[in-house]
Amino acid sequence: MSIQVEDPRVVEFDVRTDEMLVNMGPQHPSTHGVLRLLLRTDGEVVHEVTPHIGYLHRCAEKIGENLSPPQWIPYTDRMDYLAGMNMNLGMALATEKLIGMEVPEKAMVLRVMIAEMGRIASHLVGMGAYGLDLGSFSPFLYAFREREIILDLFEEVCGARLTYSYLTVGGATHDLPASIPIPPGLASLTGDDENRHVSWMQAATLFLDWLEPRIREYHTLLTENSIFIKRTAGIGILSREDAISYGCTGPVLRGSGVDHDLRRDGEPIYTRMYDGYDFEIPVAPFAKAPPEAVLGDNWSRFFVRMMEVVQSIGLVRQAIAKYPTAEGTFRVPYKLNQKLPSAECYLETECPRGQMGFYLVGDGKAEPLRARAKSSCFCNLSVTADLCRGCLLADIPSIVGSLDVVMGEIDR
Amino acid sequence: MNVSDIHKRLVDEFGDKISGVNSETLDPWIEVVPSAIVEVATYLRDEPELRFDALNNLSAVDYFEPDEKKAAKFSHEPHLEVVYHLYSYANKHFLTLKVKLPRWQDDEPGVLPEIPSVTGVWGIADWHEREAYDLMGITFTGHPNLRRILCPEDWEGHALRKDYDFPQEYHGVRN
Repeated sequence: MSIQVEDPRVVEFDVRTDEMLVNMGPQHPSTHGVLRLLLRTDGEVVHEVTPHIGYLHRCAEKIGENLSPPQWIPYTDRMDYLAGMNMNLGMALATEKLIGMEVPEKAMVLRVMIAEMGRIASHLVGMGAYGLDLGSFSPFLYAFREREIILDLFEEVCGARLTYSYLTVGGATHDLPASIPIPPGLASLTGDDENRHVSWMQAATLFLDWLEPRIREYHTLLTENSIFIKRTAGIGILSREDAISYGCTGPVLRGSGVDHDLRRDGEPIYTRMYDGYDFEIPVAPFAKAPPEAVLGDNWSRFFVRMMEVVQSIGLVRQAIAKYPTAEGTFRVPYKLNQKLPSAECYLETECPRGQMGFYLVGDGKAEPLRARAKSSCFCNLSVTADLCRGCLLADIPSIVGSLDVVMGEIDR
Repeated sequence: MNVSDIHKRLVDEFGDKISGVNSETLDPWIEVVPSAIVEVATYLRDEPELRFDALNNLSAVDYFEPDEKKAAKFSHEPHLEVVYHLYSYANKHFLTLKVKLPRWQDDEPGVLPEIPSVTGVWGIADWHEREAYDLMGITFTGHPNLRRILCPEDWEGHALRKDYDFPQEYHGVRN
């Protein structure tokens, strides 16, 4: 005997699901550090996401009030630890703006070269880790192989591999080394003799020559991979208006179609570094985008980063060409206990993850009265709640990964 | 548009709610009284020639010298300042807004000063105001979710205040 059901909706109603609270993080690998997301889910569908941050909070701003700006620069390394060079540069420029210091041309060319190398390294991690989030392991290995060589080059320049404190108030701490052995990673890839000594800039050129054709491979591995496209295209759509209102910057903003990059649109003290360089600013939508991709989705944000790597390679090459003939020295001296004027200034620079701002208030002492670091990831992360509302549980790593957040910078 | 022009327009619109201007410094600023911040911010965002559609940074500064010997030399009156750094993507110009607040409401130590929240004007103000509340101890009235953001919920005090006492212990963990 079979049971007759008159109205099929009655059965559906009887097997309803309950809402569940799921804690994602702070130890979850796909949260890029110590981010904790509290998810309210119904089955596979996420109704609400609440980000909880602060696990890495060290109150760097309070520390900054007790140190002079060059002494605080090592702390900026530890904010965005994947792009230490760019953070150093932001803080150094803010101090120079406050005290009205002029930096020689040579130091500016050096800064462009180093900062763009840092951007390449940071975007390589962003790309590799994003592939890892989505279950593709090999791009991560390739990205870290390449990044390792940049870290080797940075080590030759300043002795540190992650926390450089290299770009400082007035220029940089050292000049580029005249003779270094070819980084072992690069030598084994190109078949070069490991003991051959070249200048730092020659080694960097060797590396760029090797990296540039490889970008095509990353596109085959990830960008054009149909699984990758299914996981990213059309997911996590951030509108232009929301991106601006929520203060999103960097690749997240440009992925939503806003043509804005501080290297071109910023304040003169920053943009004059990039005068005379030829580079483009990649902005979504892209002609190469797959048909599924929408303006402001995960795929667009990812692709902006990939295209920026190409632009940065060009910028480093141009800086290397300019450096030997640039005028002045790599550094103007600045005393650690030099007194700051009774003034205040705010300066934003284009870091790999967005616009990093430093706000300094001086009051006649060597230590600023207030040292504020406005984090770009902090603003970028604040849209997660909006982006993840109504998405599937499996899309959360995809959305958070596409924002490319570094918790050290958010929590400061 | 430069700051003097913006200041002139704001004074025409809001009169004595605009309490000061400095167009000579590195980042020219305009000072607003606390009660008018939301209407001034809305006007700055919506007026076509101004269109400050982005809040780049919201922070607060504590002008105070806790050491009595040094306080005589300190050149500022003790007060708090909330600073808004605005940017217009449409017109590509910057502006700094400032609001002065007492260090404690009605000079009663322990009572946090109040200022209306601009969450309704710029979305990012939500998190920035939570951070200012957490670290500087400023109550943003009308904020939808004014909880601590970087420190734990049961943390005591506001770390960026100049007279903050560093805690000796937190949940049995000694510093």
